[in-house]
Amino acid sequence: MSTNESTAANGARRDKAPAGERVADWADGRLGIYSLAKANMRKIFPDHWSFMLGEICLYSFIIIILTGVYLTLFFHPSMNEVEYHGSYVPLQGQLMSEAFNSTMHISFDVRGGLLIRQIHHWAALIFLAGMFVHMMRVFFTGAFRKPREVNWLFGFLLFVLGMFTGFTGYSLPDDLLSGTGVRFMEGAILSVPIVGTYLSFFLFGGEFPGGDFVARFYSIHVLLLPGIMLGLVVGHLILVFYHKHTQFAGPGKTNNNVVGMPLLPVYMAKAGGFFFLVFGVIAAIAAIASINPIWAMGPYRPDQVSTGAQPDWYMGFSEGLIRVMPGWEINFWGHTLVLGVFIPLVIFPLVLVAIAVYPFIESWVTGDKREHHILDRPRNAPTRTAFGVAWITWYMVLLIGGGNDLWATHFHLSINAITWFVRVAFFVAPVLAFIATKRICLGLQRRDKDKVLHGRESGIIKRLPHGEFIEVHEPLSQEQLHTLTAHEQYEPAAIGATVDENGVERKVKGSEKLRAKLSEAYYGEESQIPKPTVEEYKEITSGHGHH
Amino acid sequence: MKKLSARRRHPLAALVVLLLALACTGGLYAVFAPASKAQADETAQSLAIDEGKKLFAVGCASCHGAGGQGSSDGPSLVGVGAAAVDFQVGTGRMPAQQPGAQVPRKKVIYTQAEIDQLAAFVSSLGAGPNIPTEAQYGPDGADIAKGGELFRDNCTQCHNFTGKGGALTHGKFAPSLEGVDPKHIYEAMQTGPQNMPSFPDTTLSEQNKKDIIAYLNAVNGDDTVSPGGLELGGLGPVSEGLFAWIFGLGALIAVAVWVAARTAKAKKS
Repeated sequence: MSTNESTAANGARRDKAPAGERVADWADGRLGIYSLAKANMRKIFPDHWSFMLGEICLYSFIIIILTGVYLTLFFHPSMNEVEYHGSYVPLQGQLMSEAFNSTMHISFDVRGGLLIRQIHHWAALIFLAGMFVHMMRVFFTGAFRKPREVNWLFGFLLFVLGMFTGFTGYSLPDDLLSGTGVRFMEGAILSVPIVGTYLSFFLFGGEFPGGDFVARFYSIHVLLLPGIMLGLVVGHLILVFYHKHTQFAGPGKTNNNVVGMPLLPVYMAKAGGFFFLVFGVIAAIAAIASINPIWAMGPYRPDQVSTGAQPDWYMGFSEGLIRVMPGWEINFWGHTLVLGVFIPLVIFPLVLVAIAVYPFIESWVTGDKREHHILDRPRNAPTRTAFGVAWITWYMVLLIGGGNDLWATHFHLSINAITWFVRVAFFVAPVLAFIATKRICLGLQRRDKDKVLHGRESGIIKRLPHGEFIEVHEPLSQEQLHTLTAHEQYEPAAIGATVDENGVERKVKGSEKLRAKLSEAYYGEESQIPKPTVEEYKEITSGHGHH
Repeated sequence: MKKLSARRRHPLAALVVLLLALACTGGLYAVFAPASKAQADETAQSLAIDEGKKLFAVGCASCHGAGGQGSSDGPSLVGVGAAAVDFQVGTGRMPAQQPGAQVPRKKVIYTQAEIDQLAAFVSSLGAGPNIPTEAQYGPDGADIAKGGELFRDNCTQCHNFTGKGGALTHGKFAPSLEGVDPKHIYEAMQTGPQNMPSFPDTTLSEQNKKDIIAYLNAVNGDDTVSPGGLELGGLGPVSEGLFAWIFGLGALIAVAVWVAARTAKAKKS
């Protein structure tokens, strides 16, 4: 028996360490894991559900890679024409590309193929949705501030690359829906003045659709973009480790510490378990609900098209841009400038860049060069929060435009009315959202101030001896008071002295004036409620004639 | 003859000749023209037409005119044929409830016998497509795959990949083809109701129509199984995206909240 032998051996030579220790020792001598583990095993992560949104993205990304590898084993990235003879009856004998044929084969004749395909596709949608929400969490809590600006950009790039990886993957099966999407893209490329035609011919190897694009998209989808993304993910995680995680304000939490659980064992167990939970939820969804049923759509033929042809949700705003854009065209000297397509193509990146550059604009306005590790509550940064909500509104308006036909059929509306609504809302809705959000934030700030100074409304109504009814307010605990008053408030930055010590007037630059104006808009009297001071608190709670 | 020739320059002579000529032509026409309408008073067909005419006067004439000639509120029904009547009334679209972008499908209020009588009356106004027989729209001898190709060629632009319907301009729409009687699908193709173009036999042959119906039955019929699970309406990426956001990300956030809430907390002293 091995146990007996080892016991005997231990008895004989007591100096020999247990197997685990020996393995660790062997590895440490070659990889230096001891110092690595010593430095990182006790790394602290704060606990909050919203800090796990990034994990959802990471895990769904891993799931996508795993299932994607399985799919590559059976997928043929070729546009050669073949006749279908698989097990799906309604397509028997139809001509299709090998790409479509092999996807049908994966769906109907490979064991577990359809489930893996659906996990892959659902995980992709959830990956992008997760990144969106994660990005918004970082945005609204101000986690993008110094020192995390670079990591914000890494995350943003991951989102954009994720969109294009998703789009190329969606196009691979060469079905009628995705083929329409590729045609849409070709149209957008063609609308570029002067070079559009050349770019299109370069991408498709000639006239659309040609015989090349599936193979080319395949390389981009499985090699180029995921490779870059993997690198960015690693960089993103290294930076998270290096910067340490941010945390919400609270007693004992400062800009110089992190309060939470150590990586080992608590966080490792949680994160590991969470991976399986994410995999489980996505697999369950993939087992329950159908996604991209290519058999129902049929093989792509450029002369066919279906209604309800939309891209996956993350490209939906580009669909919206094109659907609501009036079909303007300019003709001169036999050349056509298709503004109806080209303008949306130009706005498409601008929508994304608008949110990406925001952190830099804010840091320029505040001129704050300090590090920030304590998160803001969204209400305490009303202008930022209002900008974020306005951006989301803008994005959502475009999504409505992208699905205008389904809004029309499901809500019994006129598609033209929806299109006009989106055209107007594209300009108006973000402004309204900005104003409304800012006011709500200020209202919440006032409420916080009220709570700090007067306590929490207890709901108990008391009748005083002389007949007056009052509501009893309970004072907040010390922890709550700290949390509600921990944020700092900026002063609007004024333009520096315009006259130097020698009395010489200096020229004030336009950028300085702009910055002062923006700063006033951000932190002026209209834009924040001064938080209660200690004096105010003392005066009110000292009890002179106050109930 | 002298009397006649004496009056040949009479001012009314031309009129008399004209009347005689008209009487001759009319008489000859009455003799040689197909006389089914004028004669046969007691056949089942004519009884159906009579009944249909009565039903028409009550239910249809206010918009389509007493003789089906049409008015500002409804188109002329001369020449639309029995198939159009069977489709419009048999799917409950007619009589219309209210004017609007498009008359929707609703509860059928006439019995099939009454619909046949109405159809007989309307087809008596002018020749048009007949109600198809089961041999024409039934599944026997249909090529499903060919039907799929034809469907994608001619129908998906408005009706979606598997006939779930879609939007048209200004509140008009291509209705869902789910649960529609194959006979009515055939008639719709034949007659092109409302905003739909018509596909007469010269465009889509009888066999083509049969194939399309068989395909629809295979992919959007009562016993179609969805190989991937819930169809989510069969509407494509919009409903998939909504599902991913609400149920996918929603469930994952719920799990995250749960995981974060369960933590090893330091004991309070």
